[in-house]
Amino acid sequence: MNYRNIALFAVVFALLVLVGFVQSWSVALQLLNLCLISAVMALGVNIQWGYAGLFSVGTMGFIALGGVATVITSMPPVRAAWAAGGAGVIAAFVIAIVTIAGAVQVWKRMKPGKARSLTMIAILVVGFFLYRSIFDPAVQAIESINAASEGYLGGLGLPILFSWVVGGLLAAGVAWVIGKISLGLRSDYLAIATLGIAEIIIYVIKNEDWLTRGVKNVNGIPRPVPYEVQLQAEPWFASWAHFLGLDVVEASSLYVKLAYAALFTVVLVVILWMSEKALKSPWGRMMRAIRDNEEAAEAMGKDVTRRHLQVFILGSAVLGIAGAMMTSLDGLLTPGTYNPLRFTFLIWVMVVVGGSGNNWGAVLGGFLIWFLWVEVEPIGKVTLAFLTSWMADDSGLKQHLMNSAAYMRLLTMGVILLLVLRFSPKGLIPEK
Amino acid sequence: MIDILNALAALANYVFVPAISYGSQLALGALGITLIYGILRFSNFAHGDTMAFGTMVVILTTWWFQGMGISIAPLPTALLALPVGIVVTLVLLLGTDRAVFRFYRRTKAAPIVFVMASLGIMFIYNGLVRFIIGPNEQRFSDGARFIIKAREFKAATGLNEGLSIKLSQGITVITAVIVVVVLFWFLNRTRTGKSMRAFSDNEDLALLSGINPERVVTISWVLVAILATIAGTLYGLDKSYKPFTYFQLLLPMFAAAIVGGLGNPVGAIAGGFVISFSEVAVTYAWKKVLVYLLPEQWAPDGLVQLMSTDYKFAVSFSILVIVLLFRPTGIFKGQSV
Amino acid sequence: MSDNPYRDARGNKDFSVTDPSKTSHLDIDPTRSGQAVPADGDAPFLIGENMTGGYGRGADILHDCTVAVNRGEIAVIVGPNGAGKSTAMKAIFGMLNLRKGRVVIDGRDITALSPQDRVAQGMAFVPQTNNIFTSMTVEENLEMGAFLRRDDISGTMEQVYELFPILRDKRRQAAGELSGGQRQQVAVGRALMTQPKVLMLDEPTAGVSPIVMDELFDRIIEVARTGISILMVEQNARQALAIADRGYVLVQGRNRYTDTGEALLADPEVRKSFLGG
Repeated sequence: MNYRNIALFAVVFALLVLVGFVQSWSVALQLLNLCLISAVMALGVNIQWGYAGLFSVGTMGFIALGGVATVITSMPPVRAAWAAGGAGVIAAFVIAIVTIAGAVQVWKRMKPGKARSLTMIAILVVGFFLYRSIFDPAVQAIESINAASEGYLGGLGLPILFSWVVGGLLAAGVAWVIGKISLGLRSDYLAIATLGIAEIIIYVIKNEDWLTRGVKNVNGIPRPVPYEVQLQAEPWFASWAHFLGLDVVEASSLYVKLAYAALFTVVLVVILWMSEKALKSPWGRMMRAIRDNEEAAEAMGKDVTRRHLQVFILGSAVLGIAGAMMTSLDGLLTPGTYNPLRFTFLIWVMVVVGGSGNNWGAVLGGFLIWFLWVEVEPIGKVTLAFLTSWMADDSGLKQHLMNSAAYMRLLTMGVILLLVLRFSPKGLIPEK
Repeated sequence: MIDILNALAALANYVFVPAISYGSQLALGALGITLIYGILRFSNFAHGDTMAFGTMVVILTTWWFQGMGISIAPLPTALLALPVGIVVTLVLLLGTDRAVFRFYRRTKAAPIVFVMASLGIMFIYNGLVRFIIGPNEQRFSDGARFIIKAREFKAATGLNEGLSIKLSQGITVITAVIVVVVLFWFLNRTRTGKSMRAFSDNEDLALLSGINPERVVTISWVLVAILATIAGTLYGLDKSYKPFTYFQLLLPMFAAAIVGGLGNPVGAIAGGFVISFSEVAVTYAWKKVLVYLLPEQWAPDGLVQLMSTDYKFAVSFSILVIVLLFRPTGIFKGQSV
Repeated sequence: MSDNPYRDARGNKDFSVTDPSKTSHLDIDPTRSGQAVPADGDAPFLIGENMTGGYGRGADILHDCTVAVNRGEIAVIVGPNGAGKSTAMKAIFGMLNLRKGRVVIDGRDITALSPQDRVAQGMAFVPQTNNIFTSMTVEENLEMGAFLRRDDISGTMEQVYELFPILRDKRRQAAGELSGGQRQQVAVGRALMTQPKVLMLDEPTAGVSPIVMDELFDRIIEVARTGISILMVEQNARQALAIADRGYVLVQGRNRYTDTGEALLADPEVRKSFLGG
């Protein structure tokens, strides 16, 4: 860390403090929490792109898997739903796995030819219809249980912090499957594969109501920190707020946000520390050697595909953790809000602007870009109001411009990315 | 016999007609992606938003024409507005190329840097379109609705199943055929078109033959402006216009281009139809067709829908993976405009 | 690794977003532009004189190297691996930056010209590899060779077909489907379509069988007889010098021996060091 980088971080924190003074501390802390999460997400993409040059545009999918993890880990189980259709769903999945395994075995063991193709297709078709015939009624049974507030299997009722780990594991598992297929192809097709899978993951979350309640959302996901109302009822908290000269309601909100910030900071520091350690270890040096000269690394006997798979899984796991953190901050899973612009490409902007390959750069990018993403809208509104102040208030153009201020953030992100790519192609904190 | 005809009518109505028109729209979109890949060597992530922009200009012009009472009924006014859309889109694309991509060509940047830049451009176009027309759904088709109405078809043929063809579907197919024929004539028969193929095939040798790379790039953007605006407008006429939907079309268009073999225009067209037919076929409830074909006692209970329509993206993607597993360079060998 | 940050792809080889296989192999600076000016003094038809320079900002590869060819003659550059043979030819064609020296063709100094502009000045270059448009037909390859010409090209095409009769039979076939020797004929034919005054060949016989090589050399002599100067880099030094009017032996980017092809073949020292006895 040199003075320039410390200054860059200081600027970002100064901006956050400024928001605290100008808008409110609650807004500033909310911003800080999402900055911390964004930094973790950026670290995940940086592991994939910065360490190994893997162009994965499925970030959104892994983040969403983290969200799913919070539901299936920490929500209380819906016993009636389990009784109605739990066995059916499990049986259906067993059939699906057996079918696929059978098809793979046929493909591997039989002699190539028409017989093999036909047998494989027959197994898949029969398996598919069998699966559907068990799966569909089970799902219907589950979804009819108290549809207004439940209608899904619920989770395991485990502590929410544990779900962050589950989020990482879930994302890693899916990444393993994607990587196995797309990195193993003769040429590498990771970009399109991840773009597609991310979209599919979102569709599954939106439509498989028995698992995630789909677009009906899951509310009231347990929190790792106390609830505001609980705090307000505590006498020690009231006296503490009084001592600081704060309103109890406001103090409780700040307390909760600070508690989240502390948790997120711990996660960020741990992941950052591990990333830096890994980068400087023999493993990290090997990754960079592969990245800078794949042929030479291959000639020295390094299994490049395996390393790429490894780094892809690691990065995805970090994204899963960040996704779980984000959903537990929100307290609800809203599958309808996952949008590739926000959850894939914005994270990429963070990494490229911060400095591909440099973990500190990714963290800085996460903070800075998230800050701008949120603050460009109010700034844009003020600017537009100033620019259009000469127009009549009922002017159609003025109203249209003011209503469109929200889209300034998209324009700004594009411009920032292009400017950094052009004038500082290694990012704000370049890789050493 | 009459059962078979009924089954065919149902099949045509629910599978063939929609799949052919959707496939044409995808093919035109994929052609734009494949052209840029063949000439500038990168996948343009801004292509969906280029389509959204071009269509937006067409919509605004259509409204303006409608306001002035200009119409070419029974055809939609949007067709009259197409040239305006193409020209404005071309200005935007060439401006973008001058401001962004030319610098990277001069510095001989790695293709992945172009991809990154296209992400930035995607954000900008995305913002621009929402800034001007907003994120909401817009309808702009006017003129006649149908070429053949289901009721008339039933009356004329005496079948139980109706066949309806929307005017927008007819226009889509006819326009797509014209565009593709002209495009292939241009690429295979004209000097300029051949020089583009030469550049795509071997950049260095094209340079040594005196082909001016900047000119080739400019013409590629002209073709992209035409293809993207037409594809976007046809899609909007047939379904409806919503900026986010156009952004999401990126996936099936990429899939079509890759399935066909990136850089290969014939492949892009074939890929478009492979994707559209599989999407429609897998998400169609086959019961309607099967009841005519199977003996009564075999009639299916369920809808015989392989997957719910929500998973149509999953279908295009699975097709992609299957093709890539067996033919890593796509159905047609990639990289030859 | 290059010092250009824009060229850093971080080892990415994702086929679904980029096509690195088709990026430029020759190091041509697209921004280079300049004018041809009349040259002072007497010179052979084409001469690269006292050339010193290297690629980009890298170390010099050529040191005060001179290569020249007269009208209608064949000049051959030979030498051990890494002697800068191809580099000397690329320098004459404007693909690397000369710190010293000049290139003169037909009394005009073209040192400042880009490779494309040198094509217009009557130079044609056949690279060693990637020298045809594989996806295009033989005829289209020839047409592309004549891209800069606005006149009727059918006469030149007829000449090419007469020189290489096999190409006439294969003119509707994709060039990429042809054999190695036929591909080289397409490559030379494409270059001839510009009606060049100088034809520059970078190892035209690399990877072809001895019979095809003899055949190619015969054709090259025929081309020279029509008044086109030939400048050629060759690995097969003995056969190449046998048809050369002038031979240049380069070692480490410097002229070592320069004489007629015949004299070089007869020189015992050249024979011992470079021709294997």
